Order: sequence, then structure tokens, then C-alpha cells
Amino acid sequence: MNTTNHTNNVLVELRGIGKFYGRGQRETRAVENVSFQIRDGEFVALLGPSGCGKSTLLRIITGLMPPSAGEVLYRGKPLRGVNEHATIVFQTFALFPWLTVEANVQVALQARGVAPAERRARALKLIDLVGLDGFESAYPRELSGGMRQKVGFARALAVEPELLCLDEPFSALDVLSAESLRGELMELWTSHTLPTRAILLVSHNIEEAVLMADRIIVMDKDPGRVVTEIQVALPQPRHRKEIHFLALVDRVYAAVAGETPVEPYVRMGTAPNEPGKTEMLPHAPISAIAGLVEYLAEEGKRADLYYVGEKLSMELDELLPAVEAVELLEMATVTGGDIALTALGGTFAAATILARKEIFAQHIRPLPMFRWIMNELQRAEQHRLPLDFFLNVLESEFTAKEAERQFNTAINWGRYAELFEFDDDRDELYLTNGSTPAAVGGSTASAK
Amino acid sequence: MRQRTLTPSVIPGPALNAADVLIVGGVIALLAFGVFLALDAPADLTGPDIRLAPVYLPWYTTFSVLRMAAAYFLSLLFTLVVAYAAAHIPAAEKIILPILDILQSVPILSFLPVVVLSLTAILPEELALEIGAVVLIFTSQVWNLTFSFYQALKTVPNDLGEASSIFRLNPWLRFRTMELPFGGIPLVWNSMMSWAGGWFFLMAAETFTVGSRDFRLPGLGSYLQAAADTADMRSIFWGLAVLVGVIVALDQFIWRPLLAWADRFKVEMVEADEPPTSWFYDVWQRSRAAGWWTTRVQSPFVEWLDVRAARRMRAQNENAAPPASAPRFVRLILLALFAGVLLWGAYSALVFLAQVSMDEWGAIAVGAGASFLRVLFALAIALGWTLPVGVAIGMNPRLARVLQPVVQVTAAIPATALFPIIVLIFVQLTGGLNVAAILLMLLGTQWYLLFNIIAGAAAIPRDLVYTSQTLGLRGWQRWRTLILPAIFPYLITGMITAAGGSWNATIVAEYVTFGGQTYFATGLGAEIAQATAVGNYPLLLAATLTMIAIVVAFNRFFWRRLYRVAQERYRMD
Repeated sequence: MNTTNHTNNVLVELRGIGKFYGRGQRETRAVENVSFQIRDGEFVALLGPSGCGKSTLLRIITGLMPPSAGEVLYRGKPLRGVNEHATIVFQTFALFPWLTVEANVQVALQARGVAPAERRARALKLIDLVGLDGFESAYPRELSGGMRQKVGFARALAVEPELLCLDEPFSALDVLSAESLRGELMELWTSHTLPTRAILLVSHNIEEAVLMADRIIVMDKDPGRVVTEIQVALPQPRHRKEIHFLALVDRVYAAVAGETPVEPYVRMGTAPNEPGKTEMLPHAPISAIAGLVEYLAEEGKRADLYYVGEKLSMELDELLPAVEAVELLEMATVTGGDIALTALGGTFAAATILARKEIFAQHIRPLPMFRWIMNELQRAEQHRLPLDFFLNVLESEFTAKEAERQFNTAINWGRYAELFEFDDDRDELYLTNGSTPAAVGGSTASAK
Repeated sequence: MRQRTLTPSVIPGPALNAADVLIVGGVIALLAFGVFLALDAPADLTGPDIRLAPVYLPWYTTFSVLRMAAAYFLSLLFTLVVAYAAAHIPAAEKIILPILDILQSVPILSFLPVVVLSLTAILPEELALEIGAVVLIFTSQVWNLTFSFYQALKTVPNDLGEASSIFRLNPWLRFRTMELPFGGIPLVWNSMMSWAGGWFFLMAAETFTVGSRDFRLPGLGSYLQAAADTADMRSIFWGLAVLVGVIVALDQFIWRPLLAWADRFKVEMVEADEPPTSWFYDVWQRSRAAGWWTTRVQSPFVEWLDVRAARRMRAQNENAAPPASAPRFVRLILLALFAGVLLWGAYSALVFLAQVSMDEWGAIAVGAGASFLRVLFALAIALGWTLPVGVAIGMNPRLARVLQPVVQVTAAIPATALFPIIVLIFVQLTGGLNVAAILLMLLGTQWYLLFNIIAGAAAIPRDLVYTSQTLGLRGWQRWRTLILPAIFPYLITGMITAAGGSWNATIVAEYVTFGGQTYFATGLGAEIAQATAVGNYPLLLAATLTMIAIVVAFNRFFWRRLYRVAQERYRMD
């Protein structure tokens, strides 16, 4: 921890922050009741799966987006509008492609009314600091990803922000550039070269968070909320192979992945169109689910999640949905950051293609989403319904974007399981007699 | 290879909604008002004396180019203001978008008689005609410009928008460093398209004559017409040579350099394979004048603007208090005024229309049918030759390199400039205008199709071409499985523009005064022209409205659906 920097001065305080979209029945909660503080001298990481609202929180903290509930205090005063003491380094760099490196950095200063001569001097100094001297007159498209992000850092630092917000700044970079840029940032930060008082890093990369932050705030989704906070009391510079480091990474993994409930049906939500909260499908493609199960079978049925992620080179936002899916299908359980294959998972891994489809079909059929789709199709004339019928119902439960994602996942799974077919020309879902395992198994009772 | 294509902007939504009805009402009111004014139009107008000696050509050319430039700068100004307002003020957006959508599909040329007649009634003749020409060109240029800039403003990447908020760029800086550059490429492309389209209307306006009313203006168009009138081949040659020269010069010295310069405004972070180039731009870049211009004129001026703007504007603050909307009573008054104008317009339109006899309605119906058939024929013929030729050029880069410049120069000659010459040949051959009119319409519209087809064929992914080769697809099968589906969206885009162009051309194609004689074909365009000639204003209004109704209805109920299918089913990504 940066004990030297650490004082108890609170820079940012979030009080009961919520962000809701839509109204009444259609309301979705992107973020709910989030409270935490960022103190002077702290490096805080906001960690969580995609969809947990961490980027939304960052925009609320910087004032780009007003919260629907609660308030943000900056140095004890309620924040109104964009926070002039904060800047953001963007995942996508957000550089103006038609401006040179120098002009990109200068724009930030110009907006604050800095005179031309000083503007130029300060921009050059910052470009120098991030190691881009010689590239002042280059255009962003002439630079590599890592160099572009250096411009992003130079621009953000040029205005001498008190709060530096990093919105997954390394995730669009190749592994090597990302690692060297992380190192350079930590060097600047720990040597107090920067006028910056605190850094907030939004990330879905657990190792990155453990490597850099003093404190990790772990979030989960549906709704986006804070699950726990983990202090990282390791001295800088930190080493990835060191035993305490690995132990902490494991601990964070456990916190992020959660635990498989003993009785899975207990936590299940309702089907669309029924009262209660609709259960969501994790957005995992079939290939990721099958791949994960196969990998676990090869690994001796149990493995560290952290290890699995590294071995399959899956980022957290790919790994977590796959893990959630295998939990949902009862093919694996997660406890304390470990994932273990169940007997069913073992059978699935060893099964033929057709048998796999059968197993898959059996286990998604009871899920509320599929129960609902199948029932509607059974009832429909000619067992055919237009996509919009389903989408409209889902859109009353989720945001339009999420409704579409939910439905795409459902179609993806359902087609694989041969529960139903999809007519692309007419945009309709339909049941075919031969293709439903229900008909094959003769269990027509469930269809009624 | 870049192609000049014009993409129609299609707003999603139902075919016709309340806003559309209001807009159409507004257009009717405007036309009715124009016709109302036109009642006082002088019955006889003597046009200018056009001198055919080549020494006068520079003058005529200057007049023509100035008219174009005036209309274009008006369009640009309108675009910057209106598109910016539509993109930033939700209330304005609700009004502006439907207006643009309807107006861009209306056959502009059908307004010409009403516009010039009403203007000559209230203004001195020469001024009225000049304004009429500029207004006409303006209305032909402005809609696609405004639409494309509006769309650019609305699609500024989210992260750039957030970056300019977090770095607190004021509205002016935001506009200068983000919005204007982002809209730069569409603005330049659409300016080129608008300018090319503008020639068509300029020539039409300069040569417009009906009966004893000679609305001509001194310019290149009227020069060519006068030359054809007297069958003076030497003058025809000189006129065409100057016209082509001007168009090529503008292309080389203004549009190409602008395109090459605007390439920096693309958002893609990769270098293009074939960025647009311009020799003139390269020369300019290397010159001392360019350096002097940037450091001594441009930079200080921009800095001066920045400082002025910064003093006047606070930093743009996203969630500061919402902009105050006009008080309720002001809005109510405005609404009432608008409704009043609409009602008055509808009423006077009805009064006019009531004077149209059943026979005249019958003539309008027959004319509409004839014009419709002519449009169909023109489209079919255009499709017949552009499809094979366009695909051949588009799929063969070597052929494209040779033919492209030829095609572009040929296409740049506005069809209306060639009308007198075509008439000179065809009327003598076929003895009437019924067939020649199709050819005249074809001239104006085939290029849209050709360019779109070339663009579509050039965009067919190479791997699909190779696959169809390895599969041994040949002849019709190759067309059916590969080429037609791949170019379908482009084909539809081209046909929409071409059909619109054909309707536009009917007025000048179906009624021609030539060599002191008047030729006309059976058609809606001829009805409009004749009504103008004899001063039958109710008939003029009825025929104009009929044409607008036909074109708008076709756009909404036929083309728009087809376009949507093309976008959904046959997109290449």
C-alpha cells in the first residue's frame, strides 16, 4: 500500500448511488445503492463482470452522467455537472484522428483557456513524460495501440487532474504493450511525479487490479452493486508469480465468481411474462460452454478459476458467462474460487455430439426462459411465432439491448438443443415435429 | 476505388405519419401562395438576346458559375445552421427531419413554373429570374447536404463525445475540433453530388421558356439552346467544350483537392489502401503560399475565434439545467399561426382546384399515366445497359482505371444542356416528342444507376468471387447467386435516385420550344408547362400537386420498402 501517500482525506464519496433506466414495470436497474469512498493518495480498482455497471459508475463519478438516486460528493461538496478535477483515459483512446499527437494534448488545455505558448510547452512536456518525444506531429493512426494510449494518458495528465479515471485503458492493447504501459504508469504514480491525488481504475482483469490497486471494489450484476472490498496490502512493485500475489488473485476470483448455490432452483427467477424478476441467461456461446467442460474433464475435473482463465486465455468477461452457464446447467459447481465438474458435466464431456444435444436440451428445458418460449410455440397456430412477439415481451422486462442479447442467447442455445428452429427469411421461431427431443422421447405430456 | 454515389437518407418508421401530413400541407400551402401571387405575373416576357460569338462565352460562363456558387453557399450555410440545430435541439429535430424527408423526394423542377411566375409578379423581371434560378438550384442541392451533416452530427462516436465533455470543450471548440471534422467527408462528398446535380437545374432554369413567356437567363444553358435553335454546330461545340472544361476544372482544382484534404477526417484508425489523391493538392501543399496561409491567416484567425468563443460560452456541461424551452403561450401562438397558414393554404388550394374542369382532371390523369410509363421505360432502358456495363467495370479494376475518367466526364455534362441538341436531331427523325422525351429523361438518370452499380460490383468481397469461381458458377447462375444479391442494395439506391430524376426531367423533356416551334408530348410535365404557358393557374396547381403526390407516394410505399429489404437482407457485413 502507498502508506506514504495515504491520508484520510476523502476525495470522492458516493452515497447510495443508483442508475435506473425506464419507468415502472419496464425499469431496469443498472446500478443500485452503491456507496464507497476514494481517499487522497489511493489507487482504487473497480472490478466486476461486464454489465455490472462499473463504467456507468465511472461516468457518474466524473459527472458525465447524472445518477438517478443518491449523490456524489467531491471533497465534501455535491458534484454538479462534469467534475473539473477529473479526467478519463478511455478504453478506445478517444483521440481525435484528425489532430496530431500534440494537438490532441493541446485541445484539453485549450478548453481551459491556457494561452498558446504555455499550451505548447505543457503539451510537449507531457508528451516527453510518457515517452512520445519525436512523435509530436504524428497522427494517431500512424501510431501503435500502445502509443495511442500514451497520448491518451498525456492528454489526461496535461490538465493536472486530481482524480485520474482509467476506463479499462489496457484492454484494447496487446499483452506486451499493456504490461509495459502498466509498469510506466505505476512508476509515475509511486514516484509521486504526478500531480494526481487519486486513481480510479475500472477493469475486468483481476490480475491487473491486484497488480496496481491499493484497494479493489468488487461488483456484481443484476443489479450492479458492490459485493465486497478487498485491501491489497502488498508493497510496490508487485510480482505476478509471488505467493501472496497469487493468493490474493485467487481470493478476488472467488469474490467475483461467487458460489454455486446448493439448490440451484432456489435462486431461479421467473419466466418472462410472469410476475417476479425474470431470470437472465448468461451470454455464453455453446462453444465456450462445451470448451470449458471439456477442459475441466481433461484437467481432472477440478481447477482454480484463475488458472482456467489463464489457460484458456479467456478474459473475465468471457469466462464468467461460461462459468455461470455450466453452473446453471449443473455441469459444474464453483466454491472458493475453484470450479469442479459434476457427474453430469463428466458425462457431457464424454458424450457424442447427439447425446450432448440431448443432455443440453434436457437441462435447458426447465429454465424459465425456455419453458416460456416452448409453451408459447406449442400454443401458437402451426407452432410458429414471429421474433417480435418474443422480443416485445422481453423488452418489457429488460432494456432493448439486453432483451435482444437475452433472446439471441436463447435462440443460440435452443437451436443447438434442437428445441425449436428459426426461419431467418420470415423472422419466425417454429417447432418441427422431428426436431424436438420432446417428440423423440415421447414425453408429449410436458408439451401440454 | 471510390465512387460518387448518392445515398438516399431513409428515416425508419411508418410510411406516412401525422408530421408528414402536416409537411405536405405546408408544401401545398406554399404552392397555393405561389400560384396566388402568379395571378399578377406579366403575360409576356421577352428573354435576353443570346449572342453566339465565342467572345461572349466567358461572360455567360461566369454568370452560370456565379449562380451555382450563390446557391451552393446558401445551401452550405443552411446546412450548417439547420443540421446543427436538428442534431442539438430535440424540438427542432422533430420539425426539421420530416420536412427534409419530404422535400428531398419532391420533384424540384415541378416548382420551377410556380416559383418564377410568382417572383416575376412581385419583382423586376431580371431580378426575379435570377432569384428564381438560385432558389431552384438551392432546393436541389440543400437536402442531401443537410441530411448527411445531420447524420454525421448524430453519429459522432460516443467516446469522442465523452472525451470532449470530460475535457470541457465549449460548444464552439466541440464544433470545430470534433463535429465539423467528423462531418467533413460526408460534407465534401455531398457537396460534389449537389454541385453536379445543380448543373442540371441551372441549365433548366436558364433555358425555361413557355409560350410567350420567355424566362431565359443569360448563361451557358441559354447559349447552348440558342446555338441548337439555329443549328449552329460550331457554337454548339464551343458551348459544350466550355461547359465540360468548367466542370473538369472545378473537379481538378476544387473537389479533388478538397477530397484529398478531407481524407484526414476519417475516423478509421487504419491507413486506406487507396486514399483519394490530387496533384493540385500536392502542389499546393508543397507551395510557400500554403505555409503562409496556415501560419499567417488560418491559425491566427482560428485562435481569434477560439478566444472570442471561449469568452462567450461556458464549458459545455452535459447535465446542467436543461435548455429553457419557449414559454407555453409562445409555442401556442406559433402553432396557431402555423395552423392558420395551413388552413389558408388548404382553402385557397381548394378554391383553385375547384376551378379545374373534369376534362382537365382527365387530361392530368392521362398525362400522369403517360409520364409514369415514360419513367418506367427510361428506368428499364437505363437498367438494361448499366447493369452489364457497371458490373463489368466494377469487377474489373483494370477496365475501371481506363473507363472511370471517361464515364465521369461524360456523366458530368448536365442532361439539360444536351436537350436542345437531342431535340434538334430527334424531333426531325421521329416527328414528335413522345419518344424523344424518354431519351431526354434517360440522359439525366442513367448515371446514378451506373455509378451505384459500379460501386456495388466493386464492393463484392474478393473471397466470394473466388468461391464462385471454384464452384464453377457461370452465366445466369453466377448472376443469380453472386452478382445480383451482392449489388442489390446499391441497385435499389441507384433506382430510387434515378426514378426521382426521371420525374424531375419530365417538365423539361415533355415540352420543348425549339426553333420558334413548340413541341410537346402527352404527359404530366407537359401539362404543367402548358398550364404555365397559357396562364391556367388552377391547372398548374393541380398538375404540380399530382406530380408531387405520385412521387412522394411511390417513395413511401414502394421504394422505401424495397430499400429496407435491401438493407436488411442483402447487406455485406
